Amino acid sequence: MLSQLGGDAKLLAGGQSLIPLMKLRFANPAHLVDLNFIPGTSFIKETNAELHFGAMTRHAEIEASSAAAEIPIIHDCAAGIADVQVRNRGTIGGSLAEADPSGDWAAVLMTLSTEIRCLGTTGERTVRLPDFITDAYTTALEHNELVKEVVVKMPPKNNGGAYLAFKRSAPVYPTASAAVQLTMDGDVCKDAAITLGCVGLTAIKATEAESVLRGQAITEKTLSAAMDAARTAADPQSDMRGSLEYKRTLVGALVRRAIEIAVRRARGEQVEVSHIYA
Amino acid sequence: MPETSQAIEKIAIQLTVNGKQHSVKIEPRMLLVELLRETLDLTGTHVGCDTTYCGACTVLLNGAAVKSCTIFAVQADGAEILTVEGLEKEGQLHPVQKAFGDAFGLQCGYCTPGMMLSTVQLLSTNQQPSEQQIHKAIAGNTCRCTGYQNIVHAMQLAAESMKGATVDGD
Repeated sequence: MLSQLGGDAKLLAGGQSLIPLMKLRFANPAHLVDLNFIPGTSFIKETNAELHFGAMTRHAEIEASSAAAEIPIIHDCAAGIADVQVRNRGTIGGSLAEADPSGDWAAVLMTLSTEIRCLGTTGERTVRLPDFITDAYTTALEHNELVKEVVVKMPPKNNGGAYLAFKRSAPVYPTASAAVQLTMDGDVCKDAAITLGCVGLTAIKATEAESVLRGQAITEKTLSAAMDAARTAADPQSDMRGSLEYKRTLVGALVRRAIEIAVRRARGEQVEVSHIYA
Repeated sequence: MPETSQAIEKIAIQLTVNGKQHSVKIEPRMLLVELLRETLDLTGTHVGCDTTYCGACTVLLNGAAVKSCTIFAVQADGAEILTVEGLEKEGQLHPVQKAFGDAFGLQCGYCTPGMMLSTVQLLSTNQQPSEQQIHKAIAGNTCRCTGYQNIVHAMQLAAESMKGATVDGD
């Protein structure tokens, strides 16, 4: 259908970003192809130590899923996106395909091993998430391709993660966000994945901050070194959500808090986390 | 709306609104809130911001709270919609409506229909919500009179008065 309609056609998933963008005339597609009536596109399945999300799975369904809650950072994300009404409509596939620099899912799923199954007229292909999102609002999807499934590998044992996003109010995009996933061996951090959201054209992998933690005990010294590295990795712009300096400071603080929660969760503690409102 | 030289083909849909079946032919670009207010004359559903922020247009679509300014009406084909007009039954206010009155959970009333439908959704899944859960349930509903304290009280009162009852608005 997309091939027939040509480049002016757009896919409509949950519509919670696309419809507002159309009202503002930022998007002006000649045709919309509504995916909401296609059966079998909304599911959460656990197989072979992987979680599979159908592209049209709503944030609210992920929020309520006990399978998804096995990876707490995924629950943090799903339960905090916008508000109840938006979570009832918005989808994980739509969010990733839109690739908004302020979107929550990309930042969170970058800290895990995530693959996107893309379906096109010539068949299916798998793209790793870091290769899927290529720029702001830009993905590796061809024009006549769509996201079919999002596949997340279950993290190894002794793993803990947390996602913290700072918002001025519920319905808006965050000012900054931090996703942290740690593999711990006692007090020592064996491996770390840290992603920063809303402070660049795409979610930013804070590789320096990760290597600061890797092989080290989480102490005041390593925490503040990771914070500094995250601040340096951030590439924010000043806008109505805050100045460049403010966002840099904020993202450092979010990384620190997320690390602390990730460590506690890796120990098996239950820590309830949600987006933080100003 | 921009002028368009092409006549837009209308699409026939069927939906149930407040228990009543409707068959309508509408333009595909029409929003659900426009269908409710302008075609079906159900003006209790308000348009506040029209940007997916304020939640004044909240209705239940198959039991789930949604912002009706951010759904095309054609997407509600085959759906069951509940608006504020559907809360009252045979002249009896819905317990949520009664609670909003009794607890003074409104000032200007503009956000109230949306607030009440978000309350109905919350209580349909959680009959004894904590204050924090109440805050989260109406995080997508803005009250510009900032009367949140009484709104929260009204929601607590509604939960109290509906204990043991099934909450589906029907």
